[in-house]
Amino acid sequence: MIQLPCPWCGPRDVTEFSHSGEVTPRPDPATATPTQWRRYLYVRRNPRGVVEETWYHVAGCRRFFRIRRDTESNEVRA
Amino acid sequence: MPATRSRYSAFRLLRHGFSGTDWPRAWRAHPVRDRYDVVIIGGGVHGLATAYYLAKNHGFRHVAVLDKGYLGGGGSGRNTAILRSNYLTPEGVRFYDRSLTLYRTLAADLNFNVMFSRRGHLTLAHNDSSLRTMRWRAEVNKVQSVDSEVIGLDEIAALVPHLDLSRDVRYPILGALYHPPGGIIRHDAVVWGYARAADALGVHLHQDTEVTAIDVTGGRVTGVRTTRGDISTPVVINATAGWSSLVADLAGVELPVTTSPLQAAVTEPVRPFLDTVVVSGTLHVYVSQTDRGELVFGASVDPFPSYSTRGSLEFAEGLAGHVLELMPGLSKMRLLRQWAGLCDMTPDYSPIMGPTPVDGFYLDVGWGTYGFKAGPVAGEAMAECVASGRTPELISAFGLDRFAAGSLVGEKGAAAVGH
Repeated sequence: MIQLPCPWCGPRDVTEFSHSGEVTPRPDPATATPTQWRRYLYVRRNPRGVVEETWYHVAGCRRFFRIRRDTESNEVRA
Repeated sequence: MPATRSRYSAFRLLRHGFSGTDWPRAWRAHPVRDRYDVVIIGGGVHGLATAYYLAKNHGFRHVAVLDKGYLGGGGSGRNTAILRSNYLTPEGVRFYDRSLTLYRTLAADLNFNVMFSRRGHLTLAHNDSSLRTMRWRAEVNKVQSVDSEVIGLDEIAALVPHLDLSRDVRYPILGALYHPPGGIIRHDAVVWGYARAADALGVHLHQDTEVTAIDVTGGRVTGVRTTRGDISTPVVINATAGWSSLVADLAGVELPVTTSPLQAAVTEPVRPFLDTVVVSGTLHVYVSQTDRGELVFGASVDPFPSYSTRGSLEFAEGLAGHVLELMPGLSKMRLLRQWAGLCDMTPDYSPIMGPTPVDGFYLDVGWGTYGFKAGPVAGEAMAECVASGRTPELISAFGLDRFAAGSLVGEKGAAAVGH
């Protein structure tokens, strides 16, 4: 099992966390067209390699935080 | 099948058995040509079926299937080989039912024994909300003439006597959705059958051939570059699973896809006792017994996206716990092996099929955890799409443009776990 470095609790088992998804730039909701907004909602880079993503420490401190993870080896880089 | 290959038959089996001669190879190896009419990336059941139907139904003579590994080495060889059509949306039900129809006659069509066993498919409900979704599914199924019925505990006990139907367990069984046409098939045989039949129709199958670039000029596909040379072609079909984002990226097409591993496991063989496919969405597990007697277990996708196909101990532990909640009598069974396959998940749990903004670049991707059962119909529909230049009605709801248009085909209720 891999561990994730929670900025508040330190390294914890991945089963304590929930994966929120890849970081994607959020357009301004007031000015974005529906097409731009749906692109933000759905389209993902889904790289084979290092990805910046958001996790939620759902069974711990309940913080959201970002890490960089290699999707091929699951190695985490803070 | 045309006569370039001798047919398989009981007589040939006897003759080879007595003479001890080797069987001829089921398909040939060819040098890579510098031009094809259609290049299909991905030598799994989807890519091979597309090639087969392009040649058989539409008379295409210059089709190539490229795979960076070996045929059927991805999702086609890693799934749990369950077939069913009891989906939730009318689009989904019609589509998967056409696939079951093709699977029923596939052995005769391909002259290859694919060992389809229509043994019935049982999805268990452990709470009121899943029972409600099952009633909904049964009604949608019946309107589309698909045999599907919610049944009670007595009928469940008669079908699968080994299930723990007592009330004093954590997730008591309340009822089930029973789908008699569902069953299991020999997944490798489907791949080999399509490969052999496509080869006989002149399709070139290139294993160990990785696509490194897709050439696009003026918004049109003009060719692909591979580790075995460049190919010029007006049509490229992305029929990969686990790599669909990466291959689409070569053509500059963005996908709403994330890739997650799905783990499965198989036990030692025992005498036949389970002649139904048993699925529990709440316990994230599905069980069937193969013709060899092994129990095949599958689960839901791992909880976060990854391209890693390593098995994990926590999966095996969780799976064993869930299986024993359903069938306590299996506590002495030993697992033989476990593995993972890559699933390309879409936001609505429906596939992405058809043309893209790049002319000549087609998609047959995003098959999540339900791609194998759709192989034949996906191949038939993709072949028609490419040959006619129009998207067949059967797959018109599954286009890439549905995400920008906001018209998703929500299948999570029927596709998320219960396969």
